[in-house]
Amino acid sequence: MPKVEIRSESCKSCGYCVKFCPKQVLAIGDKVNSKGYEYAKVAKPEACIGCKMCGVICPDAAIEVYK
Amino acid sequence: MEKIYARTKGIRPDVVSGFCPGCMHSTVIKLIGEVLEEMNIIDKTVAVLGIGCCGLKMEYMSYDNITSPHGRACAVATGIKRSNPDSLVYTYQGDGDFASIGLAESVSAANRGENISVIFINNGIYGMTGGQLAPTTLLGMKASTAPKGRIAEEHGYPMHMCEILNQLTAPCYLERTSCNTPQNTLKTRKAIKKAFQNQLDGKGFSMVEVVTNCPTNWGLDPLKSLEFLNEKMLTEYPLGVIRDNG
Ligand code: SF4
Ligand code: SF4
Ligand code: SF4
Repeated sequence: MPKVEIRSESCKSCGYCVKFCPKQVLAIGDKVNSKGYEYAKVAKPEACIGCKMCGVICPDAAIEVYK
Repeated sequence: MEKIYARTKGIRPDVVSGFCPGCMHSTVIKLIGEVLEEMNIIDKTVAVLGIGCCGLKMEYMSYDNITSPHGRACAVATGIKRSNPDSLVYTYQGDGDFASIGLAESVSAANRGENISVIFINNGIYGMTGGQLAPTTLLGMKASTAPKGRIAEEHGYPMHMCEILNQLTAPCYLERTSCNTPQNTLKTRKAIKKAFQNQLDGKGFSMVEVVTNCPTNWGLDPLKSLEFLNEKMLTEYPLGVIRDNG
């Protein structure tokens, strides 16, 4: 099953990955990183299809995808 | 399990970019890194950075770079490329740098068909210096130096750099792209790769104009800045290949 990993320290909470994931796998979480950003989290891991769209759109290279 | 999307070696592994949240400067720098890694030329690449937010790239990227005097990146890149023809030399410039302060150097390098690649970031405003009007600012768009918005009679019209350079004989490749969707981000990646390949093949001047956002100086959050980009910026700056002699 495909898997996404979010590097929480690199995330700036822009919300692009949440917007563009076709399967609503991602969400902005309620925990903050050391810079104070509420980083993205994997809310529905089982729905991921490994399409990489989240990784492509993330400005800050905070997402890595496995398949 | 195989990693199918990895953070590129073209940016430093443990550095968080200095750009604001949602700023597509970060996206483009990531894409450049991915392309250089894919083409296996990170070690022979020299980036020439413009002044402004572009300079934040310095701490983030993982290979050789030099910052030029404001606007003069194409002239500096010309010198580096001519004296080190085996290097891949590209400039990374914003609209204030490339299209205003450095207009003479930019147009002259394009007119010479200089064998360099230009990555031109058009977000319609001066970023780091405080949101001043840029040559690319849209009519009616507010800037710190145009508090009532850009007025044609006072400030002139938005400048379309791809189309302006398309009047010249020498340039090889001019394309305008964006990073507003994953699909367009992948198109930007492809365009950057083409610009670099053209240089390796000795084909002369290539420019990719990336229409991006400046959430901070537009006064919008990242998602709202995407809407402004889609509705306003891309209406004024339509995407596509303007010239391809590659
Ligand atoms: S790989 Fe595709 S499906 Fe999986 S989280 Fe990313 S965008 Fe969503
Ligand atoms: S796109 Fe990247 S920076 Fe933006 S919220 Fe998602 S993981 Fe964070
Ligand atoms: S000021 Fe604008 S262009 Fe500069 S980093 Fe912030 S959002 Fe990006």
